[in-house]
Amino acid sequence: MKILFKTLGFSLGLTLVFSLLTYLLPQMKGEAPVDVKVDLGSLTMDDFVALGEDLFKNKGTCTLCHKPPPLGRAPDIQGEDMVALSAERLADERYQGEAKDAAGYILESMLDPNKYVVATWGKKGSNDSESPMPVVDKAPIELSSMEMDAITAWLQAKDGNEVTVALPTAEEAAEVAAAPAGESAATSAPAATADEAMAKYACLTCHAMDSNDTLVGPGLVDVGERLTADEIRQSILDPNAVMVEGFPPAMPADFGTKMTVNELQMIVDFLAEKKG
Amino acid sequence: MMHGKFIKLFPLPLLLMLLFLGISTALQAAEPGVSNVADRIAPVGRIQLAGEPPLEAESEVAAAEEAVEPMAAPRPMRSNYPDIGVSSRAIVWVLAQLHLFFGALVLAVPLFVLIIELVGLFTGDERYDDMAHEFMKISLTGFSITAIFGGSLTLALFLLYPDFMAYMMHVFGAQLLVYAGLFFFETFFLYTYYYGWNAFRYGNKKWVHLSLGLMLNASGLTIMVLANSWATFMMAPSGVNEVGAVVGNIWEVMKGPLWNPINLHRFIANIAFGGAVVGAYAAFKFLSTNDPEKRAHYDWMGYTSNFIAILAFLPLPFAGYWLMAEIYAYSQQMGITAMGGILAWLFILQAVLIGTILLAGNFYLWAGMSRTDGSERYKWLVKFIALVLVVTFLIWITPHTLMLSASEISLLGGTHHSILGPLGIMPAKNIAVNLMLIVTFLSFQLYRRSDKVATVSWAPAGNALMVAIYVVAIANIIFLGVYYGYFTNTVYKVGSSVAQVVSTLVVIISGIIIDTLMFKNAKILPSHWGRIPDRAQYALFALPIAFTWLMGLMGYVRSSVKTHWHVYTVMKDNSPDNFIPAIAYAGNMITLVTVLFLLCLLFMFWVANLSETRQVKPVTAGKGA
Repeated sequence: MKILFKTLGFSLGLTLVFSLLTYLLPQMKGEAPVDVKVDLGSLTMDDFVALGEDLFKNKGTCTLCHKPPPLGRAPDIQGEDMVALSAERLADERYQGEAKDAAGYILESMLDPNKYVVATWGKKGSNDSESPMPVVDKAPIELSSMEMDAITAWLQAKDGNEVTVALPTAEEAAEVAAAPAGESAATSAPAATADEAMAKYACLTCHAMDSNDTLVGPGLVDVGERLTADEIRQSILDPNAVMVEGFPPAMPADFGTKMTVNELQMIVDFLAEKKG
Repeated sequence: MMHGKFIKLFPLPLLLMLLFLGISTALQAAEPGVSNVADRIAPVGRIQLAGEPPLEAESEVAAAEEAVEPMAAPRPMRSNYPDIGVSSRAIVWVLAQLHLFFGALVLAVPLFVLIIELVGLFTGDERYDDMAHEFMKISLTGFSITAIFGGSLTLALFLLYPDFMAYMMHVFGAQLLVYAGLFFFETFFLYTYYYGWNAFRYGNKKWVHLSLGLMLNASGLTIMVLANSWATFMMAPSGVNEVGAVVGNIWEVMKGPLWNPINLHRFIANIAFGGAVVGAYAAFKFLSTNDPEKRAHYDWMGYTSNFIAILAFLPLPFAGYWLMAEIYAYSQQMGITAMGGILAWLFILQAVLIGTILLAGNFYLWAGMSRTDGSERYKWLVKFIALVLVVTFLIWITPHTLMLSASEISLLGGTHHSILGPLGIMPAKNIAVNLMLIVTFLSFQLYRRSDKVATVSWAPAGNALMVAIYVVAIANIIFLGVYYGYFTNTVYKVGSSVAQVVSTLVVIISGIIIDTLMFKNAKILPSHWGRIPDRAQYALFALPIAFTWLMGLMGYVRSSVKTHWHVYTVMKDNSPDNFIPAIAYAGNMITLVTVLFLLCLLFMFWVANLSETRQVKPVTAGKGA
């Protein structure tokens, strides 16, 4: 019994030492991102830039990689003037994107980082043709277009450059509100009815269903008379294929990857029935 | 005569026929055409109101489309998580960790037991056979304890995380039944292997017994890799699209990028862990007896356990390195969350724990040198090995960043101390870890040489070659770490660590080869089993405690890198516990599970010894008077 107490005491004592060591280390919690409500009525550009900095350092998780040398695993964009660098990169023959200015370049680098990979920072073995950076509007980061604009605004403003990004519009705010995210997320399970499906993809934000009034896109009260079911399907899946005259190419082109087959069919059937 | 033969053979076809009937009935529902629930309940017919026209039937085409629509991962809201008044995560944490501890133990023990049994067969030394049998005996209750915690964990998960479990059931489907079915095989082979030990001890029957052991291990390892696929799916999902709908077959779901790295890492770690746990048993038995014969037996058992634990432990950092490299390749963000983000601090703790394991393992080997007089030739090296271990250990636990106040920063002249800054980053730690592994192997090699004198003519040349390999490898590790770690960019820094690891492996592999050849037909000096100080046995207790705590710590990291996701990028965790807890909270949880594991182990060992105890029949007073 004496041996039992001695060995048990030794084992428990050692466990206690390991446990106590944890109290000597910094106590940091990794909170899950929380939704931030932005009041567009009182939003100024300074607020927007500050929001961008916060997103860069927190929800965007950009600072995990974009650190000052020698710690970084990606270019130190906090310490570099991105507007000045953008001009150089857009002129570089390795650049494969379509941006024309600094804001466009910054946004493009968030959405498709492979368009230009800074020398020596590409994925191992890719000869700087492939970037290790995640696409920021996809999981796990899931930034909205408004949030990406805010980050772009901060990256422009932090070095004293002119901010060329516009403040968010009501439509962008509605898009953020409709996006399922965080605790307030509605279920993303497939919609059961056409109404649910249209609410899920925020069709009504841009299209009036009970009139031909133009919101952002054309009204759809008689769309079933104007278009066949196949044409409606094409308009949803590839909205830029046939444009209604006088409307900008504002409709998202990724519904084909987001909608389930049933949801698409329900919306097409619903719209095909709308004959004024 | 014919009649008697028929009677003997009759039950076999009857049994087969009955089994066939039963199985074909059970499988009927899985035939094509009747897999739909609606088809199976169809005999009820359609209900309609009297006098009313028939109700319009739902379009069968639409129903069929609905049936094949891939199900996206659910997005439960906070209110969808049951609240039972205590942290759901804490409950699952404790049960999962205890299940893993015992699972690791009962998977590992049969593995090295089989190897020890084979060694016994080839050497003809029955002590190996008896020791292997004893290892099995002490771990036997562990299988039941594993199942109890596994069952409790499953129920807790279904109760506390119903949406998550529904999704996992949906993704893995029938694979879960295969997993459950394997337990029948494992149980069959476990009991036949253990209880048949003496019945199948010699001759061809021994091979039957070894085959049973092989099948026991095959079942156990298959169970492990299936369960691993759930964990790796949660970290790096494959076979599903970006909303979590299953788009691949079960094989595509299982073979995610982290599956094999985790399989290898757990396989090796389990062996080290199992060796350490049975070593503690041997140490306890050694200390509990004064019988020289028993002390010799348990000293030998403890030595063998330590040998298994340290030998398996040496390649473990390399398996860990592969795992981390794959994590970085899958998601740099996930890799940095683990190594450079909020979780980075606990790698200081990892260093303390691994340092404890290496110091304890080395100390045990040095103390064990007293078993043989031949060790005097090497004892002078021990103090240098100890010095290297301590210095490299201190470098390893040096933090890079200190939590400082503004006045402390101004006193220091910056956020990083001039010495701690360079010593705190990975190049210094890579040098430290590799040197620790190399000198541990040196201790091990010296111990193995202690009772031998080489008789081959080329022994001096062999020794010179061995020394040269050590010197070149150590110089290479230091040069690569310093030059590429501090004077080039990150890409070369990571690349050079691979060359450092190769240098360490070259020392280990060439050391084993040279010693095997050089000490063939060597003169063997007498070893005195049992001649070891009692304090050395405490090293055998430090090993499993540090291993257990380390497993708990790394489990916390592995699970936390998913941040606020149940299944990374496809199913968010919206529960109240969807944050990464602070390190002290995690430390308390790990200590809790370690203590609970220790208590369960004591029970397991006690039960194992109970079978050897027989109560003396009480003498009735006055009987025969």
